[in-house]
Amino acid sequence: MKSYYLGIDVGSVSTNVVLLDEDNKVVSKKYLRTQGKPIRVLQKGLRELRQENDEFRIKGVGTTGSGRYLASIIVGADIVKNEITSHAIAALNYVPDVRTILEIGGQDSKIIILKDGIVTDFAMNTVCAAGTGSFLDRQAARLGLDIQEFGRLALKSKNPVRIAGRCAVFAESDMIHKQQLGHNQEDIINGLCDALVRNYLNNVGKGKEITGPIVFQGGVAANVGIKRAFENALNTEVYVPENHDVMGAIGSAIMAKEKVKKTGKTNFKGMDISDINYKVKGFECSDCANMCEVVEIYADKKIVARYGDKCGKWTNKLKNNNDEQLA
Amino acid sequence: MKITFPHMGNVYVAAKALLEDLGNEVIVPPKCSKKTLELGTKYSPETICLPFKINIGNYIESIEKGADTILITGSCGPCRFGYYSVIEKEILHDLGYDVEIIVFDPPDGKPMELVKRIMKATNTKNVAKILRSLVRGKKVLEKVDELTDIANKKRPRAINGYEVDMIIDEFHREVRKVYGVEQIIDKIKYAREKLENVEIEKNKEVYKVGIVGEIYTIIEPFVNLEIERKLGHLGVEVDKSLTPTKWVKHHLFSGPIGSKEENKKIEAAKPYLKAMVGGHGRETVGSAVIYAEEGYDGIIQLLPLTCMPEIVAESILPAIQRDYGVPIMTLIVDEMTGEAGYLTRLEAFVDLLKKRKEDKNIEKLLFGN
Repeated sequence: MKSYYLGIDVGSVSTNVVLLDEDNKVVSKKYLRTQGKPIRVLQKGLRELRQENDEFRIKGVGTTGSGRYLASIIVGADIVKNEITSHAIAALNYVPDVRTILEIGGQDSKIIILKDGIVTDFAMNTVCAAGTGSFLDRQAARLGLDIQEFGRLALKSKNPVRIAGRCAVFAESDMIHKQQLGHNQEDIINGLCDALVRNYLNNVGKGKEITGPIVFQGGVAANVGIKRAFENALNTEVYVPENHDVMGAIGSAIMAKEKVKKTGKTNFKGMDISDINYKVKGFECSDCANMCEVVEIYADKKIVARYGDKCGKWTNKLKNNNDEQLA
Repeated sequence: MKITFPHMGNVYVAAKALLEDLGNEVIVPPKCSKKTLELGTKYSPETICLPFKINIGNYIESIEKGADTILITGSCGPCRFGYYSVIEKEILHDLGYDVEIIVFDPPDGKPMELVKRIMKATNTKNVAKILRSLVRGKKVLEKVDELTDIANKKRPRAINGYEVDMIIDEFHREVRKVYGVEQIIDKIKYAREKLENVEIEKNKEVYKVGIVGEIYTIIEPFVNLEIERKLGHLGVEVDKSLTPTKWVKHHLFSGPIGSKEENKKIEAAKPYLKAMVGGHGRETVGSAVIYAEEGYDGIIQLLPLTCMPEIVAESILPAIQRDYGVPIMTLIVDEMTGEAGYLTRLEAFVDLLKKRKEDKNIEKLLFGN
């Protein structure tokens, strides 16, 4: 029986699951839309992995993404890490001398600066999502285009059109204005790609020294229009790795492998978790003015996790019988 | 007269002590909460900075508890804080609250006006009594800030860091129930003893992070989403460049020359920023330089969205990061801030610090220096 490492990235827009072998090669990957149902989508991903591969054993599990704590409760993760570290580890696996990572996901965009294989600086979008995948998704929907076609159309553009891309809503107004002036669709799309890149570099990349080799990853890296816009703006080649869309999951699987090497065992609860009936219940605690929204996770009627309270009262109550530490 | 005042971290403990020492009835606003912020956001101008919104929330919650007089400090400094008292007065009157608002502005050529206001607020004309209480209040402030400092040192080293949080939470609940300087100091002492007994893990490596930025955001834990606790539990010892004690020393007890520490910051900022840019913009730059020189592992800048002086400082910080090789991260907060994204950034920052330190240690082993 083969043995693999499992990496899970539960993000706002997509939930990604990968199986990695001992040489950090991707055996199998799943890129699924989260659609607000992280647990069910995660279970679905695991089920599909099981169906597509011969019988295998999991030696270690890592979770990342904004739903990393939730995912770790469900699967019993060996390591729970933030997206920045996971993305950096994964990029280093493909391009060992990488200096800059551009990562654009659904609602986050980040830049990671490395030196000698170590993260020396990073930034994430702070107050707005104008430069992210959701923004592109929305504009594509408005134009009635499939997001996959979007980038290819941009490459056909011959005339530059400048679109005000600071804010997702105003970009839309400006785009409508340009359409009504009679500009070509591909020029407008190209203008949007340029606007997104301009916004990213002025916002997330502000004050950062961007040097090559540059790796571009995240769901948006599939968009060739954006890739070209980056190359034009930075005047260097931008490398998009083959598994650019699941890099976070790859990074967390690699970290799980390292962790398990140290501890010698995994906490993984087994592939059968995809068949357990998980339920999430929540309530608003009214004991003080904070009115925390407490979340409870049930596995077949048994509470397995509870979190969300500022004071720790509910979390601690559970911790007495269950030694799980939650953030 | 039932006096209240806006929250700012530990300040309420000292303000309560000082005013009660002078024989006044004090209504401490309820601890800042989501409700405070909701009330404040509802009645404040949309694009005003976050501290203003919290202030308004505090006032309304206090008035509901019976307060009829509000004490505010003012400032003529070139930052929006200078207009806070004026706009806040208008808003409260528009809402139909019949409250008296007393503003402690810097004297600005009319020292008698300030003295008159202080006498009114403190309900006494006995200047000696006021001065005596001021000194006692300052002592309370120093002690409660010390308590926070000890907690920040203990948390990353403790075997169970959450024990520290429980002691501090208990202190804040209990201190509201007591009256006057002596009883408050007793509570501080009690919490301090308990803190000192928290068991620590020996030889644990902790990372040191300096917090710079806008004063209110640094000091009020509700506004910065308990950054000291979050970092503490990640194994980081936190030092804040501004505390209420430092502020009082600089503005009240050092007179026109300013405190030594603040002047040192202004001096340190000189190679990057020579002019006053409003608020604490220059001090932010200076503090970052000082932390970098003192060998801190990292620096975090905190500011409320749209804070002009801190935006100036933010654009200078990358130069300090480059010159001193110290990681600096900026975090912006307002009522829209999501806690998950905030925590992710903090975790990633601490990861970065750890990796850097590991790397430096390996270098030391290899080259023996």
